[in-house]
Amino acid sequence: MSIPAELRYSEEHEWVRLDGRTATIGITDHAQTQLGDIVFVELPSDGDTVDAGGEFGTVEAVKTVSSLFSPMAGTIIELNTELETRPEAVNEDPYGDGWMIKIEVADVAEFNALLTSDAYKDFIGE
Amino acid sequence: MTYIPNTHANRKSIMDAIGISSVDELLTVIPQEVRLTHPLHLPPALSELELQDLMGELADQNMAANKAISFIGGGMYDHFIPSAIKHLTGRSEFLTSYTPYQPEVSQGTLQGIYEFQSMICELTGLEVANASMYDGASAAAEAMMMACAVKRCNRVVVAGSMHPHYTHTIHTYAHGPGITVETIPCPEGKLDPEHLQAHLVDQAACVLIQHPNFFGHLEAMAEIEKMVHSAGALLVMAVDPISLGLIKPPGEYGADIAVGEGQSLGNEVSFGGPALGFFAAKERFVRRMPGRIAGQTIDQKGQRGFVLTLQAREQHIRRDKATSNICTSQQLNALMATIYMAMMGKTGLQKVADLCLQKSHYAAGRIAELPGYTLRFNTPFFKEFVIQTPGDAAHIVHQLAGRHILAGVSLGCFPQFKMDDCLLIAVTERRTKAQIDRLVDALGDVTGD
Repeated sequence: MSIPAELRYSEEHEWVRLDGRTATIGITDHAQTQLGDIVFVELPSDGDTVDAGGEFGTVEAVKTVSSLFSPMAGTIIELNTELETRPEAVNEDPYGDGWMIKIEVADVAEFNALLTSDAYKDFIGE
Repeated sequence: MTYIPNTHANRKSIMDAIGISSVDELLTVIPQEVRLTHPLHLPPALSELELQDLMGELADQNMAANKAISFIGGGMYDHFIPSAIKHLTGRSEFLTSYTPYQPEVSQGTLQGIYEFQSMICELTGLEVANASMYDGASAAAEAMMMACAVKRCNRVVVAGSMHPHYTHTIHTYAHGPGITVETIPCPEGKLDPEHLQAHLVDQAACVLIQHPNFFGHLEAMAEIEKMVHSAGALLVMAVDPISLGLIKPPGEYGADIAVGEGQSLGNEVSFGGPALGFFAAKERFVRRMPGRIAGQTIDQKGQRGFVLTLQAREQHIRRDKATSNICTSQQLNALMATIYMAMMGKTGLQKVADLCLQKSHYAAGRIAELPGYTLRFNTPFFKEFVIQTPGDAAHIVHQLAGRHILAGVSLGCFPQFKMDDCLLIAVTERRTKAQIDRLVDALGDVTGD
């Protein structure tokens, strides 16, 4: 189970990569394994705002639909449109090509309140 | 004759097994004050023979399209139904398991659904269709819900020339989610595009319009489509499937969603139901569609098979975020429609539509020549038209019923139109020239007094 050390995690199984004020968000390797083959990812629109812990979209596997929650508050500045035609990228490369949204964060300090990779590893019971 | 299979001996052995001597011992929790203390005041039971006679007498009081010449329209029509339909859909494989709840086991049923969906797509000119909805009215309301979800907007505009039952249903559905529904009055019997423009100044999720409309008239669809799409709204068209044998289908007008009542396709009128809603849309909206969708796929051995697909839209998976709460389809009625469309084919459906057009125009022409009767609106119509009658239309309908002629729908039934002296007359391919002439003669004889 891959849990990169440089990222931070939420209890809703999302990860965050922070570059200055830009946060890239997706779902973890653990999450994509649990969901199985992902067939559709529903993302918001550019310019939408999200709250910390707020829902920003849904991810659809064959027999289930899960909500996606943003670990940090901010404004959507970029969406991974490749997921429209290749939702399986989330299964294949959850921390790379499977990224979902990029936001301009409201408060950089929120990043430090998130789970470290060790803490997330404990959380999922590994 | 008793209809319960348990004998006294059966009951006694069950009571012995659970240790009671009378069924009353199981009902002691019901308080005395709510118990019935005397038998219900019902007449004595009838024998099967007496019952048959009674029910026969009651049924004989009905005057249906099989006993009277029907010119009744307004949403459901007396079209020809090939006898093969009854024979095929009466088969227990179709009749008993009429709609699938364990879908993949019912491959034949799923294939039937897939064929229905395919035919609806061909007929409407749109890319995807669902397995069916309850009726045209709820299909229109669901289209509104879908448009609001797609556009993330809670305001819709409805043409007042739409069937009042559809508009009423749309309002009912809009109530819960708080959608604003604005209806544009159509005193000229069809939507004035300039009035529509005024209602599109504010953002709307969609415009809903019926074509041909409730009065039978064609709407200015090309002009309306441009306005709707320029305003960034979706175009929802409610259509008569028979009319699509002749007039341009919604897909060619650029409609985003097409809905309608499928009863005209091989289904009985049956006092207003069961009905058959169809629902088609552009493929890019498929994930927002309500209802079941059958899909074609291959199994492990590469053999073709059918499934219910995109189920993550539906409430058994997505729950309160589902596209709709519908979890069924009018499958048996849809099967009747599928058989009808297959039997009629492209040329047959065209012929049916053409006959409706010719016969309705013959009828309208002859009636308009009668003193006291006029064609109320001067605008192109398909198989229905509105006649202004000398006096109260309902009274005329009543008098003609006495002659076994169902003259039409008195528009006094819909007080909002203020058209008590108007009669909506539908003429389908089933009406012969002789029958139409009888209608004309009868109308000439009676008055509104």
